[in-house]
Amino acid sequence: MWNEQKEFDCIVVGGGPAGSTFARVAAESGLSVLLLEKDRDIGVPVRCGEAVSDAGLRIFHEPDPRWIASTINRIKLVAPNETVVEFDLHQKGYILDRRIFDYDLAEFASIAGAQIVTKAYIDGLIIEDDKVVGVKGTHVGERFEKRAKIVVGADGVESRVGRWAGLKTTVKLKDMECGIQKTVTGIDVDEHMFDFYLSRKWAPGGYLWVFPKGKHKANIGLAISGLYAKDGKAAHKFLDEFLAWKYPNASVLTTVVGGVPVAKTVKHMVMDGLMLVGDAARTVNPVTGGGIIPGMRSGLLAAETAVKALKNSGPTRKNLIQYEKEWHKIGGKNHERFYRIKETIFRFTDDELNRIANGIANVPEDSRSLLKLFTIAASKKPSLLIDVARVFTGI
Amino acid sequence: MIEIAENKCDFCGCCVGVCPVNCIEVKEADILIEHEICIDCDICVYVCPIEVLYQIEPNKSTSVAAA
Ligand SMILES: Cc1cc2nc3c(=O)[nH]c(=O)nc-3n(C[C@H](O)[C@H](O)[C@H](O)COP(=O)(O)OP(=O)(O)OC[C@H]3O[C@@H](n4cnc5c(N)ncnc54)[C@H](O)[C@@H]3O)c2cc1C
Ligand code: SF4
Ligand code: SF4
Repeated sequence: MWNEQKEFDCIVVGGGPAGSTFARVAAESGLSVLLLEKDRDIGVPVRCGEAVSDAGLRIFHEPDPRWIASTINRIKLVAPNETVVEFDLHQKGYILDRRIFDYDLAEFASIAGAQIVTKAYIDGLIIEDDKVVGVKGTHVGERFEKRAKIVVGADGVESRVGRWAGLKTTVKLKDMECGIQKTVTGIDVDEHMFDFYLSRKWAPGGYLWVFPKGKHKANIGLAISGLYAKDGKAAHKFLDEFLAWKYPNASVLTTVVGGVPVAKTVKHMVMDGLMLVGDAARTVNPVTGGGIIPGMRSGLLAAETAVKALKNSGPTRKNLIQYEKEWHKIGGKNHERFYRIKETIFRFTDDELNRIANGIANVPEDSRSLLKLFTIAASKKPSLLIDVARVFTGI
Repeated sequence: MIEIAENKCDFCGCCVGVCPVNCIEVKEADILIEHEICIDCDICVYVCPIEVLYQIEPNKSTSVAAA
């Protein structure tokens, strides 16, 4: 039992996709792992549009039909003047049911041997000689302290773990997307289509999405950049206006709000005895705001490094830094490119967006090579994306 | 001073992520601001998607630049 054990190889703070993936991989390699989640229920509330690509998911798991609310094969972009541009995804995307997905990821970790504890809120670290050696917190009202060779901050956008240890993880106002989403029903949607609405009037500095969960239900949400939120109109007002205009008869099943850190990944992802993964390390793709797969990827890479470090000379920064290197090798460089692209795209004016959309709408769909490029680039060769973005800025 | 509107917060942590002095604490269903540490920069007020937070002493705002 976790409450009798004083020390673990790894303590993971946060039971989202990044934390559960770290916990599974580390436990599979024989490390003793304790995963602490503040909420009473893993994966709930679902603060997420729940969109992932099939290819991304397959890096980790064979997609389980229980996780999938809808399979997507087309995208619709709606410009400010309501010009619609549709195109094929050329690969599958899914709208997940994250209640089930996050539960399963935690279950996989548990089956691998990790101990998972919910209602365990962490409010500080144990630091000795500048090394992180454990966590402090409350479990159902009772104070506790646990020691670990490595503490893993997987505590999401609200991460404080890194900051308690002195790492700089604060998100700049312009790099925070302020999101709100309603899961609505009683509407008609194309269950195989992602809809994106791009305009300062719908979602300044971000976008609005309609992600179907069947024929009559969808996650409808938006995120606005903190840069524009500063002007005084909060995200919820934009969403209410959109729903009143487009889906006046929708019934709201769930409302969630949340921040998406569309920032550069934190400069220092590790220090002695500490690693940061997922949203806590700011691994979200800054263009799409997708953070599930990048978070899982960082959890996997971090766990692989942790296993090696503990089998060799210990959890020093020098050993753990391998994770940072791996992240930059696999995702980091693209991440920086995506960040720069985001800085361009999200500052387009409505006129510019209209011109781009009109230009594309005039091209017959089967020769929309630019968009084909865009989709292929986004999934496989991000280096192409920068060229596409250049083309976009040039229009 | 930053005030918290009662019964409005969704505990999403968006404000925690941007607070430059790490003085906001969000638990499962609880939000606290350490006023002694808060520098009244108002950034949390801007980012909250549902307008839970507000500044009750507007002149006190030091309006830290967006960047
Ligand atoms: C409105 C919205 C829409 C989104 N849409 C998409 C999308 O369509 N596709 C996509 O890929 N991504 C999307 N994202 C981003 C995605 O949700 C996140 O990137 C992803 O959940 C990050 O996973 P994580 O494991 O790093 O963190 P999280 O899933 O946030 O998990 C962190 C966990 O840590 C826990 N925790 C925090 N602090 C503590 C503490 N002190 N003690 C104990 N536990 C703690 C939290 O309760 C939480 O369970 C969206 C985000 C938002 C807000
Ligand atoms: S006003 Fe600034 S310092 Fe005070 S709680 Fe909000 S973000 Fe933090
Ligand atoms: S951003 Fe708003 S809703 Fe989210 S935790 Fe802060 S005050 Fe609550």
